[in-house]
Amino acid sequence: MSDDEPGNGGTPGANGYDQARYTDGDRYEPLLSEKRSREVDVETPLPDAVTRDSLELPALSEPELSRHYTRLSQMNYGVESGPFPLGSCTMKYNPSFTEDIAGLPDAAIHPDRDPETMQGTLAVLAQLSDYLAKIGGMDGVTLQPPAGAAGEYTGTMITRAYHEENGDDRSEVLVPDSAHGTNFASAALAGFDVVELPSGDDGRVDIDALESALGDDTALLMLTNPNTLGLFERDIVDIARMVHEAGGLLYYDGANLNALLGRARPGDMGFDIMHYNVHKTFATPHGGGGPGAGPVGVVEKLEPFLPAPRVRPVDGEGEPAHELFEPEQTIGKVHGFLGNWQVLVKAGAYIARLGDEGLADAGAKAVLNANYLAEQLDYEVPFGPFHHEFVASAGEQDAADVAKRMLDYGVHPPTTKWPETVEEALMTEPTEGENRRTLDQLAAAFNAVADEDETTVASAPRRTAARRIDQVDAARNPRLSWHALDE
Amino acid sequence: MGDSPYAPHTPTETREMLDAIGVDSQEDLFDIPDQVRFDGQFDIDARSEREVRAEFEATLGRNTDLVELLGRGHYDHYVPSIVDHLADRQEFLTSYTQYQPEIAQGFLQALFEYQSMLVELTGLPVANCSLYDAATALGEAATLATRVRDASGSRVLVPAQMQAGKRRVLENYASGTDLTVEPYPMDDGAVDTTALAEIADEEVLLVYAESPTVRGVIEESLPAVAGVAAGNDALFCLGSDPVALAVLEEPAALGADIVIGDAASLGLGAAGGMGLGLFATRESFLRQVPGRLVGAGEDESGRRAYTLTLQTREQHIRRERATSNICTNQAWVALRAAIHAATLGPEGLVELATDCVTHTGGVAERVDTVPGVEAPVHDRHHFREFAARTDESARTVAADLADHGFAVHALDDDHLQVCVTETSADAVDEFVDALEVVA
Repeated sequence: MSDDEPGNGGTPGANGYDQARYTDGDRYEPLLSEKRSREVDVETPLPDAVTRDSLELPALSEPELSRHYTRLSQMNYGVESGPFPLGSCTMKYNPSFTEDIAGLPDAAIHPDRDPETMQGTLAVLAQLSDYLAKIGGMDGVTLQPPAGAAGEYTGTMITRAYHEENGDDRSEVLVPDSAHGTNFASAALAGFDVVELPSGDDGRVDIDALESALGDDTALLMLTNPNTLGLFERDIVDIARMVHEAGGLLYYDGANLNALLGRARPGDMGFDIMHYNVHKTFATPHGGGGPGAGPVGVVEKLEPFLPAPRVRPVDGEGEPAHELFEPEQTIGKVHGFLGNWQVLVKAGAYIARLGDEGLADAGAKAVLNANYLAEQLDYEVPFGPFHHEFVASAGEQDAADVAKRMLDYGVHPPTTKWPETVEEALMTEPTEGENRRTLDQLAAAFNAVADEDETTVASAPRRTAARRIDQVDAARNPRLSWHALDE
Repeated sequence: MGDSPYAPHTPTETREMLDAIGVDSQEDLFDIPDQVRFDGQFDIDARSEREVRAEFEATLGRNTDLVELLGRGHYDHYVPSIVDHLADRQEFLTSYTQYQPEIAQGFLQALFEYQSMLVELTGLPVANCSLYDAATALGEAATLATRVRDASGSRVLVPAQMQAGKRRVLENYASGTDLTVEPYPMDDGAVDTTALAEIADEEVLLVYAESPTVRGVIEESLPAVAGVAAGNDALFCLGSDPVALAVLEEPAALGADIVIGDAASLGLGAAGGMGLGLFATRESFLRQVPGRLVGAGEDESGRRAYTLTLQTREQHIRRERATSNICTNQAWVALRAAIHAATLGPEGLVELATDCVTHTGGVAERVDTVPGVEAPVHDRHHFREFAARTDESARTVAADLADHGFAVHALDDDHLQVCVTETSADAVDEFVDALEVVA
């Protein structure tokens, strides 16, 4: 196999892509510390006993740093680089104008100001809370959780406080086997026992399994809808009734809300608590891993438990004013200050830009794209009908290898090997941001890899900055800083 | 209006795609029972980009124009322009967690460099590549302590003076693992080590102290605090920040088992409290660390390459037995902090930290000359900020200062807190003048 295939006409219909690759002997771009470091003596007015003797850090000029980070950015892949169909991550296009709004000088304020002097900030927070409540069909919203998992944690803490308030000792949180790993971990962090629910043959909640799992210990059922297979839980109204009759609450994991924008609301389905992943549904950039934000919405009876402080309008004349207040039975705080403020501003601007029809269109096009892509694939795609994502099966192939090989076709691969309910899972979410031509190229990449032999697939990738990395060795011999490289 | 401006489909393409799928309309794709169908009326009007921008400019413009002399865990240092321009490169900004390291070497290397700088600053060999903020990092420190053999017990001891938000977040994390959070007394703004030793016993799991403290005091008895922790089979967690650590003794040398803090004092500036949770610890706790770690390895070409590592600690693999529930973190803020630190270099960072000591002392001296005001309240070395005592009601003084264009903390009715960095240093003369009028 030559280095110039695929691409360059290698495979009809497939993209070609060579990622930038800077090399320097047995490394790629040298580390900052390898370019130039300097140790300086530390002399301050402080007593010697509390002061360090010296500090060694990289010592590069601005032009050198600018080149360093520009090269690193070229050895990275974002939504602008090409399709990024990472399932359950909603890697949609992030409008640039929201960056400028978040960067406004008036947005750069300290959160401990007297509320009277931060009316603009409070108005933005209040408006976003209002938007999110409407979109989710919820009564009250907190914007404090700094990520989706933090939202889940907030929701499980609210659940605990609610049951404790009712003198109801409930220790179990039910989570379907296809759920995001964070659901399990968040419930555990809040001190609950986690009970895993097996999925039914149709990939949805198994009503009989749910029936037998529900009981006096049930505090909460956490569901994603559409679930991670892209399937709508058709029995959601019955599920909600069953959970409520058992005395439990129902939690909506908002990771997949993009599919439902304007067509269904968790509140109308019977959910009591939900989180919104604004970095997914509302197009704030994922930042290489974060920051995101995970606002939480609740029904009226749970509003007193929301984190402190909350924002509310103040009656009066003149311009609408807002104040901060402490909910009566608040669970306290889940972030040191107000949450990931800059992310929240961007989400508010995105929602304002789209409005009712734009939001509904975003959801519709995301679902259209997922269904269109699924239709083009040679891989088996079990279950259906899909919404914003689907899970294909790599069958006899190793899904992780398939993903590596797809990189050579100039596309980011899907989420792999999860959920485990599909063999060698390729969890694919193209989002509304891709056009048909790109989806065709993406399908061509899937299909080309599906036809390739094991040797070719297992030796990928070849066109990315780095070749296949030995992750087992990296974990066995952890080197976590440049200090550890010399050892 | 009507369509999402960020969905590229023409009506013809939409039609052809529906045909390819074999359905008549987009609505046919939705498998949603009528019972829970929503009519789409949120009553949110779409606006043009220009309109949205104008609207947000007007709304945010309602924030009073104030010189912020505010700190207590969130600091505004000058962020060089190069930080924005490099971190905003789209390949960084719009990428995600590096599940495919071969195509994400750039961000992984930047995070590896971030971790390395924290290792240098803390002296501890393991730093993760971010948690949400200092408060959640402290919560994670407490839960880590419950999982390691080096510590036992259920009491978490914290300073009586600490940022309220941080304390409340810690209390939440602690409650899920049946820990109790108890304050220990302070003596003139620093740890009362005698009192701490008296209330500590073998039931203590974690002792938390800060330097600088929430009131900006440089703590001088950290080795004694570490001794109390070690003497009771407890871990010692130090709260600090990367700017201060440029000049303060390495936490590892002081006996710290874990260092937490908010590293967003580099790279972010005033951002409504948005943070960057710093978390560093000992090698022996490596497999109990929360959050993501970037490690160096080798690729098939034999070159050094970077990858997320030790992922079996994490929620997507270990689920309810994971070391933390964190998934999405603050990676981009870590990138910004790293670029900022690299831009400053060792001289620049040490100079910035030294200024935080010398300038703050100078401002406190000047505030002390104002009749009716005594500063600093604590006879200690300070970093960036200090508490001041007022004869008049401190809350009234703070409110009056706002009328003169300055924001300061009112700690209670007798105390103000004032924080000065290079972004506010030029306003100190006017601030002292205003204080003379209102105090």
